[in-house]
Amino acid sequence: MQPDYAIETKDLGRIYKIRGPKHKGDAKELIALNGATLQVERGELFGLLGPNGAGKTTLIKILSTLLLPTSGSAFVEGMDVTRDVQEIRRRITVVSGGETSGYGLLTIEENLWMFARFYGLDSATARRRIDDLLNVVGILDRKRTKISDLSTGLRQKMNFVRGFISDPSMVFLDEPTLGLDVTAAREVRNFVKEWLRNNTSRTILLTTHYMAEADELCDRLAIVDRGRVLACDTPENLKRRLQREAVFNLKVGRLGHKPDKSAMIESISGVQQVTVSEQNDHTELNLILAEESVLGSVLSHLTQRGSNLISLEKREPTLEDVFIQLVGRRLDEDTSHTTGGDNG
Amino acid sequence: MSMMQRVMDTPLVRRSNALRSFLTAAWLGWQIESNWADPFLFAVYSIARPVGSILILVMMYTVITNGATQEPIFAYIYLGNALYILVGQVISGVSWVIIDDREHYRTLRQLHTTPMNGYFYLMGRGVARMLVGLVSLVITIGFGVIAFRLPITLAGINWPLFIASTVLGIISLATIGLIIGSITLMLARHFWSVGDAISGALYLFSGAIFPLDILPAVLRPVGFIFPVTYWLELARRALLGPSHPTFPTLAAYSNEHLLLILAVISAVLVGFSGYIYNRALHLAKERGVFDMETSH
Ligand SMILES: Nc1ncnc2c1ncn2[C@@H]1O[C@H](COP(=O)(O)OP(=O)(O)OP(=O)(O)O)[C@@H](O)[C@H]1O
Ligand SMILES: [Mg+2]
Repeated sequence: MQPDYAIETKDLGRIYKIRGPKHKGDAKELIALNGATLQVERGELFGLLGPNGAGKTTLIKILSTLLLPTSGSAFVEGMDVTRDVQEIRRRITVVSGGETSGYGLLTIEENLWMFARFYGLDSATARRRIDDLLNVVGILDRKRTKISDLSTGLRQKMNFVRGFISDPSMVFLDEPTLGLDVTAAREVRNFVKEWLRNNTSRTILLTTHYMAEADELCDRLAIVDRGRVLACDTPENLKRRLQREAVFNLKVGRLGHKPDKSAMIESISGVQQVTVSEQNDHTELNLILAEESVLGSVLSHLTQRGSNLISLEKREPTLEDVFIQLVGRRLDEDTSHTTGGDNG
Repeated sequence: MSMMQRVMDTPLVRRSNALRSFLTAAWLGWQIESNWADPFLFAVYSIARPVGSILILVMMYTVITNGATQEPIFAYIYLGNALYILVGQVISGVSWVIIDDREHYRTLRQLHTTPMNGYFYLMGRGVARMLVGLVSLVITIGFGVIAFRLPITLAGINWPLFIASTVLGIISLATIGLIIGSITLMLARHFWSVGDAISGALYLFSGAIFPLDILPAVLRPVGFIFPVTYWLELARRALLGPSHPTFPTLAAYSNEHLLLILAVISAVLVGFSGYIYNRALHLAKERGVFDMETSH
């Protein structure tokens, strides 16, 4: 075992057994993780990017000792997640965005104090850290407020603080900025960066649905879909993959409701990826082409179908484009109904 | 919170994860249990309800026996039911915590990524309900002494016997709650209703309302496996002293003998519940039901 990695997974798999609605024994199997292999270095801010149901939360649950893998192995700071549970829990914390949980009758301070106790902190240290951290997220003046009286965003800030109270060496952040307003989200991102800068042996594993956030924060990130790791690199390197390709944004007159319009364009040779979105008075096409010259065939195809060009823009590749090329759809396209609901 | 803080900062508590988990959970349980917006409602819940249910029993007894509340069997029944308040409070106090944390507060996941000791946490969470039960118990007995002249005096109580047997009784009840809670954890279904069934079975087979001798001989041994049987017998002996009615089934055993049996059963239950709890945790992780919600 390489103890040098903060996180290491080898061929990690997780299958959920789901019962039919009537308990008739017709158990279905759902593959949430499928041979995921990852290595995260100490000091890294590592991101997991993937559509709903990709298996991000499942991976975090396994790494944080809440769930056992069905195959493969996973190590946190060299410790086996299935065996060294207590040692791992002493070093990690987990914060999930959009959590509505908590003992509503406790105040923010009491709740955080309680968790500090579970991590074995003495009162003086706990108090100091609670005040410092609440101050950082700007809710120090609310520390005597009962949790039940907090808005979702404030509750989330409190949960975020909980994740740092024990001075962990690894923090799992599952969509930490979900539902936060722009300022609060920025504060959270800044805090995370600062926290890692102050101690380079700490590690953060983060999932997010915001491309810009992943791009800004992450040293490296893995793009996951359907339980598989499709790519794993720095945001720059991921974008560089598309350097040879040409990325265009096209606005054309409405293509109307042809169900196969994207397939039609994709069948043009040289078109690697296309996403189509219908706007009020036009249709927007996002194209990833093998080379610029392919654009000609696309345009002639569109004019043949009687659609006029409104605007054309060549763009620098973004993470979003990388994502689309690898996953085959946009991150914000809701595909959760095909993979089943998420309760993570 | 400040007194709690001082307790938590003592070296012993700082060193022991189990003790820390237990005390912190007890503090949390108390916050939840005492969180009654209205003290009047709290009084109704913890006093009027148990006293009321005993009065119903007393009425039935008086109708059937023409008001023979001075018969020794009356004290037997009255105390059996008063003590039984604790059975329900402790068992459900512990076994409900899993459901509460998983589905009501949704904190189970958060709690189980901390290094706290889950077994002692559950025990701790039951403390508040147990205290409420103890208060109800004392009030109910006091009421019995005043209203029905139960033959109990403070000086006449065998305190060491009462305290020893009640401590063991509470420990064994808490372990039963823990076993039920553990099964709830791994099944992710409303297994707690089985808790009610167990409570009911205990009521019939542990001599709470009638001596085991009334049961058919084949059913009598059922009572012998329940710790509650021994605790009720010992507590009644301790409270009533010589006026305790003797029934053949348990009369042959001395206080020490019964206490030993209760201690052995409690010890076995502690070990067994620890084993079951760890199995349940493992299965819950295997099945991924840590944050599962049972459909209501
Ligand atoms: N306890 C469970 N029982 C059965 N299936 C589950 C369970 N938890 C998750 N799943 C399924 O496993 C798959 C992966 O879920 P997971 O929560 O890991 O996705 P995710 O990448 O976190 O998605 P999201 O972006 O929506 O949070 C989904 O199809 C989900 O429905
Ligand atoms: Mg998720």
